[in-house]
Amino acid sequence: MEAKAKTNFRFWQSRGFQKYIDSLKFSLYCITHPLDGFWDLTHEKRGTYAAANTILFLTILIRILKLRYTSFIFITVYWEDLNIFLYIASILFPLSLWVVGNWALTTLFDGKGRLGQVYMATCYALTPYPLVQLPLMVFSNFVTVDEAEFYSVISGISLVWAALLVIAAMGQIHEYSGGKNLLFTVATLFAMLVMIFILMIFFSMISQGVAYFISLGKEFLFRI
Amino acid sequence: MYRKQSKNKLMQTVRIGAAVFAGVLALSAPMSAMAVQEYGYTYNYDYWGDVQEGPDFYSVCKVFTAADLGLEQKLSNPQGLYVKGDLIYLCDGGNNRIIEIRRNSPEDLEVVRIIDSFTGDVEVTTFANPTDLAISDNGDFFIADQGNSRILKLDKDLNYIMQFDKPVDNTLDPEIAFAPNKVVIDTAERVYCIATGINKGLIKYEADGTFSGFVGATKVSYNWTDYIWKKFATQEQRARMVSFVPTEYDNIYMDYEGFIYACASNLKEEDLDAETVDAVRKLNLMGSDILVRNGDWPVYGDLYWGSGGGHDGPSKFADVTVMDNDIYVCLDRERGRLFAYDDQGHLVFAFGGNGNMDGYFRRPIGIEHIGHELYVLDSLDCSITTFVPTEFGNLVYTAMETFDEGDYEASGAAWEEIMRQNGNYDLAYIGIGRAYLRQKNYAPAMKYFEVKYDADNYSKAYKQYRKEWVEEHIGIIVAVILVLFLVPMGIGKVKKLRWEIDTADIFRDDLNKH
Repeated sequence: MEAKAKTNFRFWQSRGFQKYIDSLKFSLYCITHPLDGFWDLTHEKRGTYAAANTILFLTILIRILKLRYTSFIFITVYWEDLNIFLYIASILFPLSLWVVGNWALTTLFDGKGRLGQVYMATCYALTPYPLVQLPLMVFSNFVTVDEAEFYSVISGISLVWAALLVIAAMGQIHEYSGGKNLLFTVATLFAMLVMIFILMIFFSMISQGVAYFISLGKEFLFRI
Repeated sequence: MYRKQSKNKLMQTVRIGAAVFAGVLALSAPMSAMAVQEYGYTYNYDYWGDVQEGPDFYSVCKVFTAADLGLEQKLSNPQGLYVKGDLIYLCDGGNNRIIEIRRNSPEDLEVVRIIDSFTGDVEVTTFANPTDLAISDNGDFFIADQGNSRILKLDKDLNYIMQFDKPVDNTLDPEIAFAPNKVVIDTAERVYCIATGINKGLIKYEADGTFSGFVGATKVSYNWTDYIWKKFATQEQRARMVSFVPTEYDNIYMDYEGFIYACASNLKEEDLDAETVDAVRKLNLMGSDILVRNGDWPVYGDLYWGSGGGHDGPSKFADVTVMDNDIYVCLDRERGRLFAYDDQGHLVFAFGGNGNMDGYFRRPIGIEHIGHELYVLDSLDCSITTFVPTEFGNLVYTAMETFDEGDYEASGAAWEEIMRQNGNYDLAYIGIGRAYLRQKNYAPAMKYFEVKYDADNYSKAYKQYRKEWVEEHIGIIVAVILVLFLVPMGIGKVKKLRWEIDTADIFRDDLNKH
């Protein structure tokens, strides 16, 4: 009996996978009902990290695919200068700054969300990007320059939508009022700038320190 | 090991042999200026603004100095060049004379006469620093006699007819002497002139000599910070600041259709960069700019303004000439380069440089053309350089001209050959695409436009392609739409029917029991 059950086991029927699929589907609910959706995301534990990672992965994937498969009318790429890792980092770096900065600030001011939850909610809020940009990418190949306005408008909508979702999500998971939420959105942006500044100082000091020891070593070898 | 060495040795012998052979070939070939040309004489900018070196578009035919022309007196600070038919007029300003030269062939220029005086009932019958001239269809001369503050009109036998003096206008400072610099005339013999120190545009005279106004003043550019500064500045500070005035034109050219091409070089870099001012303008009768700027890059010569040829900053156009195929060639007096643009504003070629070799200039000041040949006047070198198009250049002209004539097949074939000779020449791909487009061959046209990122032409081709595709597949499209609508509707209908049957009173057992 036991053995038979094992052979009938299907991965996609497992409870974990069902939970993953449900949480992924829940992102669609979140983007259409942001206040309700993002409340349930953490408070009712409807979201999973696996789904959040999937959405982030899809966002990066679509962003890379866009370079190649969007019509040249909208995007022309100087491939010689393109560094794919830098390009991926151009999403991941601001995202991590946002997550860390937001958590670091809100945790001092009664924010209920934890670091992981901030990450999860932010990723869920990115859902409109792959959802809109993928069909848009295909669509771009069927338009002329006269119809280019459609593309730019829809593309803009997807970005604004995602941005509004991020703000709404932060308010819900931290249980903030509207005014406080907006204040902390601006504060988080400022915190991101501060972190960039500190990182730049850090790297410049490290490189100068390394350069010092390298020149010291060279001098030393030269004297011997 | 041994084997490898022997092979190397063999290769070495072969190489030496080849080098000797090449040397012999080079010596036996006629030693032209081109043989010693440095790498990268002719170039173009691609879609990305990268410099793409290409085969030479023009080669130097001959450089004519005063001695080559058979003149006893050397040229001195020549300023202007004008072509009428096969006669070239050279304004030898320093010697107060105009030299009429007949072009028998680009390598055979022959001095016909030296014009240094005229007859007529005026006080001064000689010139003082003539800078430019124009000739009407019946042979009348219009000479900008700068030193004598007048524009002279002489008949073809050099008899005085009339003169154009300083315009009577309240806005002009009466203290400033009238110094006409460049002059053109239209078919009705109206005179347009540039005068030193007058920045209101071109001075226009009617044929009878009356001043009829200024046309085509350059746009005044200023930015808001300057404007606000000026609001708060005191009188003395304001006087020291740069005033917001239009810039003077440097040179003008009347094309075969009667449009005036004007170039200006005294432009601020930031304005040029922001494209608020134009280095070249095409003026219509109203004096408004109608130059087409559809190219990937603005019409201002070099894109990179770093130190090159001993000069920083943008190209400074000293003169412009317009060929009959609407290609206009601008002359950069600082870096000694020639920039040609087609009627859409695409850069066709750029070449030249500063130096003493043939094909390089020291202070080029004037450019003219006869057919496709180019004549460049160098005021410091006191020479005329004649350029003739190379095979490659002729191919490009053929491709463009056959296209304008409507022979798209010949144009396409010429562009294909150009692409074969220079795969980095963007215009070739776009040219092939345009030839296909005119032949209603949309799919390949789209391919060529896409390669060189020509979105506008691509869209034209794609629009037609899409239309054709829809027309061909209209049956399938209608079918698909019908299926998309009818199937869900049908499913809905069936479901509704079933539900009605299931819930109908006559089938409900609980009701039938009674």
